[in-house]
Amino acid sequence: MSENASRRMMLRAEGVTKRFDGREVLRGIDLTVEQGDVVAILGPSGSGKTTLLRCLNFLERADGGTLEFDGERIELARATGKDVARLRRKTAFVFQNYNLFLNKTVLQNVTLGLTAARGMRRDEARERAVRALEKVGMAQRLDSYPAQLSGGQQQRVAIARGLAAQPEIFYFDEPTSALDPELIGEVLSVMRTLAEEGRTMLVVTHEMGFARSVSSKVLFLEDGAVVESGPTADFFTRPKTQRSRSFVESILAERER
Amino acid sequence: MLEAIGAFFAQMFSSRVWGILVDSFPRLLGYFLRVSIPLTLLSFLLALVISVAVAMIQYAQVPVLRQICRFYIWVVRGTPLLVQLYMVFYGLPSLGVMLDAFPCAVLVFGFNEGAYMAESMRGALEAVPRGQLEAGACVGLRYLQIMRHIVLPQAFRIAFPALSNSLISMVKGTSLAASVTVMEMFRQAQVINGRLHESLGLYAEVALIYLLFCTLLTFLQRRGEKRLSRFGGVK
Repeated sequence: MSENASRRMMLRAEGVTKRFDGREVLRGIDLTVEQGDVVAILGPSGSGKTTLLRCLNFLERADGGTLEFDGERIELARATGKDVARLRRKTAFVFQNYNLFLNKTVLQNVTLGLTAARGMRRDEARERAVRALEKVGMAQRLDSYPAQLSGGQQQRVAIARGLAAQPEIFYFDEPTSALDPELIGEVLSVMRTLAEEGRTMLVVTHEMGFARSVSSKVLFLEDGAVVESGPTADFFTRPKTQRSRSFVESILAERER
Repeated sequence: MLEAIGAFFAQMFSSRVWGILVDSFPRLLGYFLRVSIPLTLLSFLLALVISVAVAMIQYAQVPVLRQICRFYIWVVRGTPLLVQLYMVFYGLPSLGVMLDAFPCAVLVFGFNEGAYMAESMRGALEAVPRGQLEAGACVGLRYLQIMRHIVLPQAFRIAFPALSNSLISMVKGTSLAASVTVMEMFRQAQVINGRLHESLGLYAEVALIYLLFCTLLTFLQRRGEKRLSRFGGVK
């Protein structure tokens, strides 16, 4: 992929910092994402991965740092409500616990953002929603409520909700961590398809197999700082730092067992 | 005790009392349907509007308005309904504010129950998972859209039993309007009693009409809850 020098820079975050009650959770994170990148954000729990992702979509307000997105540059701490709304319209966020709208059907979950937030016509929104749901294999459950679906099905609908918005970038926050083991595969396979279509994705995950086989870049965090970042192949075969080497080794050892 | 119960029925079914009850029933029921129920529904509607507004102001932590809402709840919940009725109906005219009995009752009942319902609604709003708001924001909805499409519908479902409770309590509470000259069922019973002197029978009849209507509401509440549960539980 690196041979294509003309690839568009999609997102660049610089010096992202965040404190919770005086505790530094992010200590100046830099991150560059180009169009079509699938970046796996890895690291032990408490390393700040999820907070980073949430700061990029303003679910948490960062204390410092800048965000360049789609040709626009914004101070994270100073973004206005309008900035936030404009940026979010170009992104999709998939949560660990799905967060489907509990009072809406599968179809309504996908169309609500299109009709209410983007003013799309109802029939047009429906058409687009059905296409997105077909893609994740959920078009046969249009009228079901979230409570009637398995976790894996809910997460696939959540992905369809993102897809329908035709985002520039997909944020995934540990999308399989809340799932029963036998349901993880169906969600990962949908994500794999998205990656193969060349969609830009930023994925916080503990699924090392997925990170290794699907992602193009890795960002390895610990204690709110970047320990290593670079192409996935390099990270898993030739980790640059002692810390990432031992992380990779512990994971490989885990898989052996 | 048993003797008292026996005496009660003996008196109720004496032909004189029975005749009074049968004669007065259509009249009492008429006042119930034409006055008590409209009074209840209007007051409840007002209480609902107040409670949603007050709960949302607190939920969204709107400065100043929020303190005003807390003050309103504090005062209204801390003073007796009957005293509030008297103050507004008999007291306010001395400040030049003169209200007819019926609208005065609607206002007092609405503001009174509104304070209790606001607390039910606030609790329900806070019970809607935070992630629902975040997901709404991420699909591009503005705050009020999130409230309207996602949070409020879920909060209403959570608050439904508590709101039903308020409605049922309000049905009976409307009998207090008799004390500020609203000619509703209870006051009508007092009028009839003034002529015929049959307190026990007449007031028991009034109680029975309240009971029957509240039974109907309880039944509707159960049906409503069943319907709402089709959408699945709130996690």
